[in-house]
Amino acid sequence: MKKVQVLGAGCANCKRTAALIQQVADARGVPIALEKVEDYQQIASFGVMRTPGVVIDGTVVHAGGVPAREEIEGWFPQ
Amino acid sequence: MTGLSLPPAHAHGWRAHPRALLAAGAVSWFGLYRLLAPASEGLVGLLPVDRASHLGTSLQFFLFDAPKVLLLLSGIVFAMGIVNSYFTPERTRALLAGRREGIANVLAASLGVVTPFCSCSAVPLFLGFVQAGVPLGVTFSFLIAAPMVNEIALTLLFGLFGWRIALLYLSLGLGVAIVAGWVLGRMRLERHLEAWVRDMPRGDASFDAPRVSFVDRMAAGGLAVREIVGRVWPYVIVGIAVGALIHGFVPQDYLAGVMGKEAWWSVPVAVLIGVPLYSNAAGVIPVVQALLAKGAALGTVLAFMMSVIALSLPEIVILRKVLTPRLIVAFVGVVSAGILLVGYVFNAVL
Repeated sequence: MKKVQVLGAGCANCKRTAALIQQVADARGVPIALEKVEDYQQIASFGVMRTPGVVIDGTVVHAGGVPAREEIEGWFPQ
Repeated sequence: MTGLSLPPAHAHGWRAHPRALLAAGAVSWFGLYRLLAPASEGLVGLLPVDRASHLGTSLQFFLFDAPKVLLLLSGIVFAMGIVNSYFTPERTRALLAGRREGIANVLAASLGVVTPFCSCSAVPLFLGFVQAGVPLGVTFSFLIAAPMVNEIALTLLFGLFGWRIALLYLSLGLGVAIVAGWVLGRMRLERHLEAWVRDMPRGDASFDAPRVSFVDRMAAGGLAVREIVGRVWPYVIVGIAVGALIHGFVPQDYLAGVMGKEAWWSVPVAVLIGVPLYSNAAGVIPVVQALLAKGAALGTVLAFMMSVIALSLPEIVILRKVLTPRLIVAFVGVVSAGILLVGYVFNAVL
């Protein structure tokens, strides 16, 4: 099970990012534990300056803007 | 860490011919732009309204200005999307870290114009700067310039007022950001950050620039158009519609008594009204243009516009998470004072 964290203080793009990640993971049959991180202190601890940011198993893989579907598919190889 | 995906191994579609596409796009853009004036006159001519009537004036103003501003906005947002891809916040932070105040304020304000910035990222960006040891005043210069002087404001000013006023706004906006940031830096306010912000571990600001192809930068420009123009177009339409109504129906010089140069109190009132208001440049500038056309003084109107765009209640609420009330008051006070000064100087000089 991959641990996916979406960093962002509840902006529209953050919600869209979280929904898209869940959708892509479901479509590929990859089980994930999705968590939204809205606390600024925690967001800063990842060194991310642009939200939404995406962290998979502790590694920052994306920052700033909604990621493209192809990019998300790359995070969940079948 | 990068937000850009790697280019595909085999380019296909438009990606194979980016330059041809860019050229074709530019040619059709200019063609459309030249067509606007005759097309809007022709359209009004077809309607059963007198061109010289109030309604006719309003309609022509709207039918010409709305597509013109949207077209200008798309073109400039696309170009700025490409420019922005060279200036990520990470690179900006690396450029500012460890610099002395003064020159760094100038640099920070200028980078604020070209670094992509979304108000929802204001706090993470602020924290990132503080962590890397960017001085507080320099960080403020960036935070003031980034929302106030942006491509949307400059495009609208250029489209509706001409390049002189756009350039004036650019230099005054930068001036306010540089001076206000410098003053805030002199006030030694570091101890008024929220405690957890002060105690954050310091990191270094070095970063490796990922290799990004020009095709990907063009794609970033296209994405910026879709996101930004897609978001602000309703404001532009409503703003220009209100502007068009004022243009056609409010008599000339109607506002001269209330918002003219002689009314000394109009500048502070404009700022007081503008600070809590939350709108983007796209919504406020068309209204501003109409006010100006009816006799309001330029300094008053610019002060109003700057205070609407640069300061807002939602932004203050967000910043409250990292700044103590005293620091918030200092921030709002210094920026408002700078804007007031701009308003008065303008009214006095012009």
